[in-house]
Amino acid sequence: MRGALLAAVVSALLPAGAPAQVIAIEGGTVHTMVGAPMPNATVLIRDGMIAAVGTDVAVPAGAVRIDARNRVVTPGFFDSGTNPGLVEIEAVDPSSDLRAPTQEDLVAAGFRVADGLNPNSMVIPVTRVAGITTAMSRPQGGLFAGQGAIIDLFGETREAMIVRDPAAMFASLGEAARGAVQGARGGTTMLFREVLEDARAYGRNRQSFERGEIRELSVDRVDLEALQPVLAGEIPLVVEAHRASDIRTLLTLAREYGFRPIVFGGTEAWMVAEELARERVPVIVKVLQNLPESFEKLGATYENAGRLSRAGVPVAITTGDTFRSFTLRQEAGNAVAHGMDHAEALRAVTLYPAQIWGVADRYGSLEAGKVANVVVWEGDPLELLTGVANVIIRGQEVPLVSRETLLRDRYLRLGPERAY
Amino acid sequence: MRSVLLSILLLAVTGCAARGGGRSTASEPSAAPDSAAPFPSTYEPFPSTPTVIRGGTVMTAAGEVIPGGEVLLRDGRIAAVGASVDAPAGATVIDATGRFVTPGVIDTHSHLGAYPSPAVTAHSDGNEITDPNTAEVWVEHSVWPQDPGFIRALEGGITTLQILPGSANLFGGRTVTLRNVPARTVQGMKFPGAPYGLKMACGENPKRVYGERGRAPSTRMGNVAGYRAAWIRAEEYQRRWDAWNEGSRTPASMPTRDLELETLAGVLRGEILVHNHCYRADEMAQMVDIAKEFGYEIRSFHHGVEAYKVRDLLAREGISGSLWADWWGFKMEAMDFTKANVALVHDAGARAIVHSDDPIGIQRLNQEAAKALRAGRDAGLEISENDALRWITANAAWALGIDEEVGTLEPGKRADVVVWSHNPFSVYARADQVFIDGALILDRSDPARRPRTDFEVGLETGGIR
Repeated sequence: MRGALLAAVVSALLPAGAPAQVIAIEGGTVHTMVGAPMPNATVLIRDGMIAAVGTDVAVPAGAVRIDARNRVVTPGFFDSGTNPGLVEIEAVDPSSDLRAPTQEDLVAAGFRVADGLNPNSMVIPVTRVAGITTAMSRPQGGLFAGQGAIIDLFGETREAMIVRDPAAMFASLGEAARGAVQGARGGTTMLFREVLEDARAYGRNRQSFERGEIRELSVDRVDLEALQPVLAGEIPLVVEAHRASDIRTLLTLAREYGFRPIVFGGTEAWMVAEELARERVPVIVKVLQNLPESFEKLGATYENAGRLSRAGVPVAITTGDTFRSFTLRQEAGNAVAHGMDHAEALRAVTLYPAQIWGVADRYGSLEAGKVANVVVWEGDPLELLTGVANVIIRGQEVPLVSRETLLRDRYLRLGPERAY
Repeated sequence: MRSVLLSILLLAVTGCAARGGGRSTASEPSAAPDSAAPFPSTYEPFPSTPTVIRGGTVMTAAGEVIPGGEVLLRDGRIAAVGASVDAPAGATVIDATGRFVTPGVIDTHSHLGAYPSPAVTAHSDGNEITDPNTAEVWVEHSVWPQDPGFIRALEGGITTLQILPGSANLFGGRTVTLRNVPARTVQGMKFPGAPYGLKMACGENPKRVYGERGRAPSTRMGNVAGYRAAWIRAEEYQRRWDAWNEGSRTPASMPTRDLELETLAGVLRGEILVHNHCYRADEMAQMVDIAKEFGYEIRSFHHGVEAYKVRDLLAREGISGSLWADWWGFKMEAMDFTKANVALVHDAGARAIVHSDDPIGIQRLNQEAAKALRAGRDAGLEISENDALRWITANAAWALGIDEEVGTLEPGKRADVVVWSHNPFSVYARADQVFIDGALILDRSDPARRPRTDFEVGLETGGIR
């Protein structure tokens, strides 16, 4: 019974028929994210990639045509901090793969979210039908939470969905770290340094380590190994930090150990905007956060994203939410309502995340040669009354169906026929 | 007129002095003087001058949308609404050209003050998690008026809100309805004449909290047994008092007061409104049956993620649905959501309400209503902006029993008015001006009219430098 229901749901979510080889989105106002919006332009998609964008694009015979007149065309939105495919129901613990095995595992650098990714998660369709096509799926908890992956929200297998893995290492400072470590900031920072120093020692003395000829290191081998790309600058170290002084601690640590820092959350980042801009340190901002929820967030303001953006800090906007990643446009819209430039807010959910996460060669803008993640909107993408007309991921149009719409349709009538 | 003693028993019941009652509950309780009820409201409207708001699109939430309309506020009340109104000489004129004018926004579900910011244990006073039945507690005794969340909510156009105890218990305690004004005490915020509510909770929370402690309830059937056992005691308590009132009335024979049963008896008499946290459709139907068994009414199901499945029942029983636009997934009973929930409940003829249960969400109920409106249109339902506006104004006022006082822009009602920078269903809309009882409480363009709480003093930008 349950299996049959699931099967029905899944089959309804699969695209009908064979994927089109060539799609032409015609007549819309195209926001490429790299130049001024182009009215009445065509986006041509071939074999999963963007083949051409412009006002004089020839549409080959046999192309599937999408009429985008009076509509707006953008790259698929990119949420930099959500977890589709990693959790089904938050309070149902066995369905959640966000955290390393134990709360005591303070340093879980070796933990990779990609290993737990479920391509058949019900959360994926409900997210992508809202125009979110790509996400940074991040681990949570502990001092070092593990490695996040960039995924497209479409694909039958994990491998098919992954854009980049590992894409970043996640950690925390301030109260999030305190909660894990049960100690003062000086203590968490000390542990942070100890882990990085041990990882450095391990990297320089791997053979001695294997022979047992090295002093005892504070964390497990898998964690030490996972931190090598961080120390080598190959992947960034994303640190949740909110208080201005904690963000400065992060900048200090980054200089000491030579890693590439990214601030996650950054409630008081606007107070450190000049330093962040000078050192080109990106901030992943949840816009809808303006309460002094704790003593490290006294400077919370809806103007955070706008102020950072104007100061020249690279900003990506996130929901920070697993189940309501589909509200990403509301986050961006509210950033605009509180002073952020509209075009910059759009880039903060498309181009800038692609740049920050190191995938801008393939993602983030509508340019020939990039992966064809494209959304057609009935109007301003950030307005809540605007409908989503078409979602295309890797060149395939995705049906605008999720478990949420299926339940809606099942209950449009309340009679007995509903049960089938 | 019943006795003063009985009036004390009734506690919450106060006549709505000026206008013959803000309630529209089924039974009409006897009036009792404010002095007979403990913790009486000391709310006084802020000073106001006659004010006319001109040139904006007036959305009354009573069916009319008037482009370039006018609203006259006088003596704390809406004096006139129309294409043009007769403004007295010297009235303050607000130019709302290009802007939008609506009633003040009302949230039926908030924990501001009881779970304030900062969220520290020392201030975490929303759930009395010591017994599954704490009908004896009143959430107003937990409300910290200096919660900065009140001001943030005001900046989102919230003029009235109900604070509820949490959902750990079957009976969480009394709710309180507040005017969203800066005040030193919670009494200074209490909505004069508003009936009390009783918070009840279904489902996962009570059975989890007490089941983990090895005591009842640990199951949904345990939940139901708990409700029924309590109502049986409440009936008996009510009978005891009725007998005494109708009999000897000697001090020696007076029954002992019981705070828990006073509240439950208040529900049985129709004087206290039931606000029932309940997610699942089947549980809502069972709660309706329990209400019938004991002869009380449920005023609003809160959260109701599955309300759409029993929207016919809600419509038939006259129960409102205080719902989210799109929350889901955080627990099992929140799995079967649809974004069309609010719209489907509305379409069935029940009173749909968009509520927050969240100190961030309360700041943009207009946006939450916009999402619910969009989802309704996606479902093929015909829903007007007036309908959607009622989800956060008039229908919410009804659920709180204050719909004769607030919730629409109609002459005679309290002058709770928001002037928005854009159409309120736009993500870019900000509340430029907020009036409560005709007084300009917030003006975004005037730093002198931007209230702040004690907590924020000296902390606004992260410290004094």
